[in-house]
Amino acid sequence: MIKTFFTHSYAKIREINQKYEKPRIEMSRWVRASLILLRVYLFSLIGLSVYKFITLLK
Amino acid sequence: MNIFNQFYYQYRRFAKAIRLFLLTAGPGIIVMVADNDAGGITTYTATGAKYGMHLLWFLVLLGPVAYYVQEMTVRLGAVTKRGHAEAIFSAFGRFWGWFSLLDLVLTDWLTMITEFIGMTAAMSIFHIPPVLTVVICWLIMGAMIMSGRYWTWEKIALLFCVLNLIYIPAAFMVHPSVKDIAFNSFVPHFPPGGFTNELFFLLMANIGTTIAPWMLFFQQSSVVDKGLHEKDIKFGKIDTAIGSLLTVIVATVLIIVCGKLLYGVPVDDAAVAAKQIMPQNSIIGTLIAIGLFDAGLLGAICISLASSWAFGEVFGWAHSLNQKVREAPWFYAYYFFDLLLAGTVVLIPGAPLVLITLFVQVIATTLLPAALVFLILLLNDKKTMGEYVNTTWQNIVNISIVAVIIALSTMYGVSTLFPDMFK
Repeated sequence: MIKTFFTHSYAKIREINQKYEKPRIEMSRWVRASLILLRVYLFSLIGLSVYKFITLLK
Repeated sequence: MNIFNQFYYQYRRFAKAIRLFLLTAGPGIIVMVADNDAGGITTYTATGAKYGMHLLWFLVLLGPVAYYVQEMTVRLGAVTKRGHAEAIFSAFGRFWGWFSLLDLVLTDWLTMITEFIGMTAAMSIFHIPPVLTVVICWLIMGAMIMSGRYWTWEKIALLFCVLNLIYIPAAFMVHPSVKDIAFNSFVPHFPPGGFTNELFFLLMANIGTTIAPWMLFFQQSSVVDKGLHEKDIKFGKIDTAIGSLLTVIVATVLIIVCGKLLYGVPVDDAAVAAKQIMPQNSIIGTLIAIGLFDAGLLGAICISLASSWAFGEVFGWAHSLNQKVREAPWFYAYYFFDLLLAGTVVLIPGAPLVLITLFVQVIATTLLPAALVFLILLLNDKKTMGEYVNTTWQNIVNISIVAVIIALSTMYGVSTLFPDMFK
């Protein structure tokens, strides 16, 4: 039953990935720049927050 | 006669508009009042106890900010008839889609834990053991959605929203100075001691509790589940405006009460605040405890639904409150799974609950810019939004909000690495 659940979920996730493979929003310069900046921002801030959380737990 | 006819016509028009509003109202009020959840109540009590009424202006400022952000989800939901998760997957592709969904799941789960922490702490004041509180909450939350009708769920949720206003009489009972309230509400200033790390942390926590990613997902999905159309957008906006006013009122009265009764007392938990107030005024202490329980319950209901809707949209499950359990089994299964998991964590002895409570607000604030950037980009997509695309004024306001939140989040991030920076 668990195996069936994971097999089914894996297939579903693949289906979702295929369905939403390409962004439908028009990739203007403004949209592209926003998404790049967002990536940079998120990677740095999530890293900092995780660091803070771990050090406080210690 | 002519004047009478005109008056009667205006009266009928007004009555019809009120009836239409009452039919469409709900998602905005519920999301905004649920925004004052257990974590929010803790944040407001801590803010009031630490800084008195000095930060009222900040809360007043957050009201319109919350309105402008949430109003966009009304338009997006009514125009696209899609929930927020599905809209992000569709517009930005799988990477950002999964990021948003996992971000939502993490923050929702952590926030759900804080709701259960609040509810169990509030009920412990009345000597009800945490296990019993958790089980009662599971039963209430389960019963609310079992009717298989969105309408029933919404009306019960609105009743809990009314109960959230229980703090208002408490504010009158402490006899605050109207002059002080007016000054602190409308004149921005820093409290004595200036800008410190602690003040910054509380400001971030207040932002995190007033605008949260789950609220965007919840209101948009709620608008879709309720079946609102483009013609209902104006009523959805009024609904959201009333909700944001209520959220500011509740936050303000709590800060006033704690500022009057607990000023200078270190408080990191609303239940502790209620206990400390009890010897001074048992009625106010009881009101805070009941309000805390209600806030946690309302928050847990909405947050769990936000996640369930999001998963349903992305995985293609049936995901409407208008469907019975057998018609949408996965949607309800996830809802209960979320509730059971969060409730169980609270019952684990030694779990770092206070730390989770404080961090969930900050993590939500840190991840909020992503949700807001997606929202603004979606609302500027003329192809999708048509005439409901963001106006120049809306863009100026919303981009300014996002810019300020990104700046504050970045400052917070830097201050975690360099804690002495703002001392």
